[in-house]
Order: sequence, then C-alpha cells, then structure tokens
Amino acid sequence: MLAASFKLLLNAKRVNSLTRLKSTLVIAEHNNEVLSSITYNVLSAAKQIGGEITILVAGTKCDGVAKAISNANGVNKVLFTNSEAFKGFTPETLTPLILAMHNQNKYSHILAGASAFGKSLLPRVAAKLDVSPVSDIIGIKGPDTFIRTIYAGNAIQTIKVKDNVKVVSVRGTSFEPLPLEGGNATCELVPPGDCKTNLVEFIKQEISKSDRPELTSAKVVVSGGRGLKSGENFKLLYSLADKLNAAVGASRAAVDAGYVPNDLQVGQTGKIVAPDLYIAVGISGAIQHLAGMKDSKTIVAINKDPEAPIFQVADYGLVEDLFKAVPEFTNKLK
Amino acid sequence: MARVLVGVKRVIDYAVKIRVKPDKTGVVTDGVKHSMNPFDEIAVEEAIRMKEKKLVQEVIAVTCGPTQAQDALRTALAMGADRGIHVEVLPAEYETLQPIHVSKIFAKLAKNEKADLIIVGKQAIDDDNNQTAQMIAGNLDWPVGTFCSKIEHGNGELTITREIDGGLETLRLKTPAILSTDLRLNEPRYATLPNIMKAKKKPIKKISPKDLGIDISPRIEVISVEEPPIRQAGSIVPDVDTLIAKLKERGHL
Repeated sequence: MLAASFKLLLNAKRVNSLTRLKSTLVIAEHNNEVLSSITYNVLSAAKQIGGEITILVAGTKCDGVAKAISNANGVNKVLFTNSEAFKGFTPETLTPLILAMHNQNKYSHILAGASAFGKSLLPRVAAKLDVSPVSDIIGIKGPDTFIRTIYAGNAIQTIKVKDNVKVVSVRGTSFEPLPLEGGNATCELVPPGDCKTNLVEFIKQEISKSDRPELTSAKVVVSGGRGLKSGENFKLLYSLADKLNAAVGASRAAVDAGYVPNDLQVGQTGKIVAPDLYIAVGISGAIQHLAGMKDSKTIVAINKDPEAPIFQVADYGLVEDLFKAVPEFTNKLK
Repeated sequence: MARVLVGVKRVIDYAVKIRVKPDKTGVVTDGVKHSMNPFDEIAVEEAIRMKEKKLVQEVIAVTCGPTQAQDALRTALAMGADRGIHVEVLPAEYETLQPIHVSKIFAKLAKNEKADLIIVGKQAIDDDNNQTAQMIAGNLDWPVGTFCSKIEHGNGELTITREIDGGLETLRLKTPAILSTDLRLNEPRYATLPNIMKAKKKPIKKISPKDLGIDISPRIEVISVEEPPIRQAGSIVPDVDTLIAKLKERGHL
C-alpha cells in the first residue's frame, strides 16, 4: 500500500517534469510559396501536446511561408532557412538540419504531417536520434501516449513511447486545422548548416494539375471504382464533382486499370480522407479502400450490386446502375 | 552491382478480416491465413528482374521473426531469390519488434553481406508503419528512394520515380542505396510448383539479433488494441430524388 502510493507520487512527479519540459518542433511542409494544408492540422496536434511550439521552415526561398506561419495562434517561434540544397525537400538534406536544431534546443517532440513528405523524412530523423518513431497518429492521450490505426484501420492501437524524444507523424484528417491568425511568433533565420549531399539529386516533379479542391482536405469527395469501366467514363464523376465543388478520388482497381493517375487513390496504400460527404461510385468497398475513407461524416454508395460491402458502411445506399444514376444526380443538382 | 538484400515480412493475408482479441492485447493471429506482405512481393520481384537483366549477381531475402517467418523466405526463394537469412526472434519478443530494430538488423546485415542495394516494401499491411526503409537509410547514411514506381539503373546510380501526394517525382540516387516499393512498381510473379520444390534446397542461414549485436528491447509499449467504432447502419434509398432530399436534410447540399 505504502509502496503503491509512493510509486503514484513518483509518477505524478515525473508527469509534472514532463509537462514542464515539453517543447515541440513542427516541420512545415510547403512548396516555397504556400504551406501545405496538412501543416495546419499538425499545429493543432502540437497544441494538444502542450508546451512551446517551434516551426521549422526549410526551402530554397521560403521567407514568405515563414512569415505566414508566424501568424499561427500559439506558436512561439519560427525558424527558417534557405539553401539550394533543399530543392526537392529530400530527407538526406533536411535530416542534418533538423538534427542541428534539435541539438541546440532539445525538443521533446518532433512532428510532421503523415504525407509523402512527412513519411519519408521523420523515420530517417528518428533513426539518427536512435528513437522509435510513431506513424500516422489519430489521437493524443498524453505527451507520450498516442492512438493510431493498424491493419488498414481495422484495429486501433494505443501506444506509449519510452524514448525521450517523440518523433511523430500526424494524420491530417484526425485533427482540426489551426487557423493562421492571432499569433505573432518571432521569425529567426537560421543557417542551413551542413545540408549539401551528393547522395541524392532532385530531378523533377510532375504534379497533376486540377482546379478541384485538394483530395485530402476537400469537404466533399466523389470517388470512382472499377464500375466506371474506363477513364473516359470518369467524366461523369468530374461533372458531378464540379457541381458539388468536390475532389475526385478513386479505388485501387480504378488506378490499376489506368482510368486515373495514382495520386487519386484513396485507401490504406493511398490517401486517407475524411470529408463531410464521400460519394463512392462503382466501388465495391474492399478493406483496403475502406481504410482510406471510413471516417467520412456521411458516406453515399452508388452501386448496382446490392451485396457490395460498401453498403455496410454507407449512410445512404442507392442500388442502381451508375451510368443512369450519376447523370441524373448531376442534372438534378442544377 | 553485386548484391541485393530484400526484406520480406510474413503478415496476416491482406484479404482476411482481422479480429481483435477480447483482452485487447492485439489481434488474433493463431489459425489465421498468413502470406508475404504484398509490398514485399513487389520488392522481391524487382530484385529478381534486376538479376535477370544481369544488373545484380545475387538476391538475398531477409526476414525477421519467429519460426513461421521462414514461410515468407521460402516464397521469396521460390520466386527466384538465391538464398535466405532468417533473423530469428522469439514469439514473445516479436510482439514488440519495431522498425527501429528491423532497420538496425538490416543495416548490420548490409555490411556483413556487402550489399549494394536494399529493397523493402513501403509498409507492412499489419502495423502500417512505413518506416523501415527510411530508418535503414538513416542507420547506414545511404540515400533512400521511398514509394518507388519506377527504377532505372545507371552507372553507380539509380534514377527513381516516386509516388508523392500531388503526382510523381524523379530523383537520382548514388548507390549503395535503399529503395521502398509502391504498388505500381511491378506485377509480382507466381512461384511455380517446380520452383517451389527447388526453393526447398536453397540455403537459409539462421541468425539471432544477439549474434548481430542488436538490442531488440521494446521502445514502444502497446497499451491496448481495440475495435474501431462501428458505423451506424445506413439505409437504402429508392431513387436519386430521395438521396438528394436526405443529403439536403443533413446539410450536405
């Protein structure tokens, strides 16, 4: 009994010292002109952890981005640096910079969004710090206790990190974006340090151009699957999406069949979305796909197969031929 | 290039609907169909294609796990890998084996086996971590090409196309390097029966993390594993008009 209460006391003391020492470094994701929307979600996660928040902005010409993010409420400091070496934002060049910042300031948490950028970068940083990183968290229970999904979202895992530095990537759709207002963080230009490398050379990027909202942050998503039968038929979805100001997504089947480019794929191995409204058209609803969209607020399924598993998660199901239902839906929205 | 290490993991088959244990310690794995992690099949296929093009001499498949993990190695050997290394981890320790441990094991093996290239899947479909390739690269200070959908070979370098959020990106990496595979990289072959038989004769070296000097004590404690919230049952609407009306009711339109 005595021993137990003593242990409790000790624990309480440790929690206190943790609270005092919490300081988070958020790695901003941007293209030298604008911040990626996921960074706003990461800031919200950082606020939940508590303690001081520092943002690191590294790029080839990122002064504007640094200034913009210094307006975020609750941010203490923005560190920014420019170097041609950061072209392409490769982990090989960014990791030494992050390590240098960490060595100076000893952060308790290093956070980034669980995007292609964050996923590529953070585990390398963690390896250099000899700590076990945590991927794609959906919730924060304490400074060292996080919630994430495993098995394509079919189980929820709560984990406690024993390492002293927590390197964590954040699922954007699980945290509200923090608005860039009301803050006045100091911006500090830091040296890029020893960031040059001959290990990797950035050649080019081919970004799919679209006027539609970005898939992972859109309020409405219209997705197509194998049932669309061809890339040509995806036009039906684009028309519907335009009416709804929606982003267009796809199942892996539609991507593999070449109907649409890979970056539209929603699922365990593609993007994870959680819009207000998700309309699945001609998608059966394989485990892999559901992993990417089942946290949507309202799910609509349009499929002619009444047995399709998608109907088990859909709030509203329409058992009808999509080639009839989708044009009718689009027309009636006029 | 002389030698490629390919990482393979035995996981619950991708088509299985998993069940969470009632005591919330994990998911049920006993008596459940397992197979090679789909991303690893793509990694093995790519390594074998490199060998067939005479770009590499030897393909070594590596797995970390309990005795059953050898299944994944045998599959890799049947697909065409030359030999296997089984880093044996006791079942109790395997529960808390993390990419940090696996990446250290791979980094050590890369040195021991004098590998020029390491190919692993971009993520295992059980823990969904997406960390191992990046961490091996960090340990070795080698460049990494994550989420590869195309790999072109040059002299002492690789030109890779990666799948990124907005589209595609091309990087040139100096070898030795680490690559992680995305689904679009290739279509893995099926192992034929004669090749499965032949694979039984291919050597598998057994080694322990301790032999490699790697500490695999847990860095992360799993507090609980639970079922995700179940969605409220929905309804089937008779026509488009009703659908529109329902969506208006909910304020979506």
